[in-house]
Amino acid sequence: MRRDAGWWVLLLPAFLLMTIFYLAPIAQVLAISVTEPTPGLGNYERLFTNPAVQRVIGTTLRICIITTLISLALGYVLAYVIALASPRAQRWWLLGVLVPLWISVLVRAFAWVTLLRRQGLVNQGLQGMGVIDEPLQLVWNEFGIVVGMVHYMVPYAVLPMLASMREIDPRVLAAARGLGASRFTAFTRVFLPLSAPGLAAAAVLVFIVTLGFYITPAILGGGKTLMAAEWIKLQILDLVRWGLGAMLATVMVLTILVTLAVFSRVIDLGRMFGAQR
Amino acid sequence: MGGYQPGPFARGIAWATVLYLLLPITIVIPVSLTDQRYLSLPYESLSLQHYVNLLTSEAWRGAIWQSCLIAVASTLIAVVAGTLCAIACWRISNGATNLIRALMLLPLIIPSIVYAVGLYRYFGKLDLLDRFLGVTLAHGVTGIPYVVITVSTALAAFDPRLEQAARGMGASLSQTLRWVILPRIAPGILSGAIFAFIHSWDELVMVLFIASRQVFTLPRKIWDGINENLDPSMAAVAVLLILFTVILLGLDLALRRRREG
Repeated sequence: MRRDAGWWVLLLPAFLLMTIFYLAPIAQVLAISVTEPTPGLGNYERLFTNPAVQRVIGTTLRICIITTLISLALGYVLAYVIALASPRAQRWWLLGVLVPLWISVLVRAFAWVTLLRRQGLVNQGLQGMGVIDEPLQLVWNEFGIVVGMVHYMVPYAVLPMLASMREIDPRVLAAARGLGASRFTAFTRVFLPLSAPGLAAAAVLVFIVTLGFYITPAILGGGKTLMAAEWIKLQILDLVRWGLGAMLATVMVLTILVTLAVFSRVIDLGRMFGAQR
Repeated sequence: MGGYQPGPFARGIAWATVLYLLLPITIVIPVSLTDQRYLSLPYESLSLQHYVNLLTSEAWRGAIWQSCLIAVASTLIAVVAGTLCAIACWRISNGATNLIRALMLLPLIIPSIVYAVGLYRYFGKLDLLDRFLGVTLAHGVTGIPYVVITVSTALAAFDPRLEQAARGMGASLSQTLRWVILPRIAPGILSGAIFAFIHSWDELVMVLFIASRQVFTLPRKIWDGINENLDPSMAAVAVLLILFTVILLGLDLALRRRREG
């Protein structure tokens, strides 16, 4: 036991840094939400009475759910194909998923603006081919936000699903086919149930990341479609309404923690974050 | 594998998805080489003028330099704190350390906008707003989880009996760390360092709140560029950033291959 004391000392730097420079500022946000402008739950009352707050929450949830569903659908198919590929091919597929994952969010948002804006390459191309007469409104609206966010989230969806699919023995699928199941039946009755835990983990991960998204919606939404994170920034930096901004920030954190707590029964959280390896 | 192949429909969608992930990013390459003064594909010839603009501009060079300094300093903080913490959690391994490890992962779970709001007020009181030290601390602390994850993964493959043998033969804790544990997990530490570096190098949300004039990082400069004037030097920066990320990832991949032997 005495020998173990030395090991506990090694924990100190991380623990102190985390407490003083991470937890304390976060706690500050929670405190502001119930003390400013006046002590009490006045800010939280706005959740039920203020139409602007409700609109922001509605928009955020709508975009997050749409983004999550599309990212899961695309990511699932991609993970399925990767899991069944040969080890050599798997390495190439994975590169296609990991490289975009680590490329700067700003660079990606910039690329989408270049492509989708009014005089952008997509509109120019379609006009040049005579498909459309007037440029399409592809960005600075919800469509643009979803395109950019799905682009960001697909790799996050693929990794946990791939981790769970890799544990499925492909011979079970071959066996199902051999016993007379169609390709479709083999998939829905055998593969899908076996990969369900990965699917749930991916759903939770993608949803909680999209909830707090700032940069992509701010650039591709062009200030017209406000999501929660941008709204919080507006309240605090531009309107100096600390209480209101801190309130929505707290609601965001609570939503995320509750989602995680509910699903921690179904999914292995350690694996979920380990999957980012 | 097992002779089971996905159907053509699934393969088609998988290909389309990967192209959707990769192609839009590559568009910045031709745009950065345009001979025009606005965002477009090259018309008549390829031109490197926007790269020249970029590398001779005082403002861009300053931003790149500041980002580099902050990323290196914050990576140091994250690597030292994260590695020691992961080793201790691995060695002690009880309920308390599981909790601590979960605590270290919080920055990956809580949106950075929430942290940024808290920091804005907290650093105001500590006089750390718009200071190099403030941004470095914020990036360093939020970089810890990447190091904890990669080092924990490396430790999972490390035989704890080696550590016990070293201690049993009279090595002190620091000797055991220096000569037995650290050499074995060095690739894990390096990969953690790479991710912590990329994290700081790309970070914008915190910087928007806690830095204004004195500290002006590259992402901040790009952000202003996107919001104010979309000109082709932005595309040139984007290309350089992509190259940089790809090189770092390649390095990580090479490390991993060596570790897996």
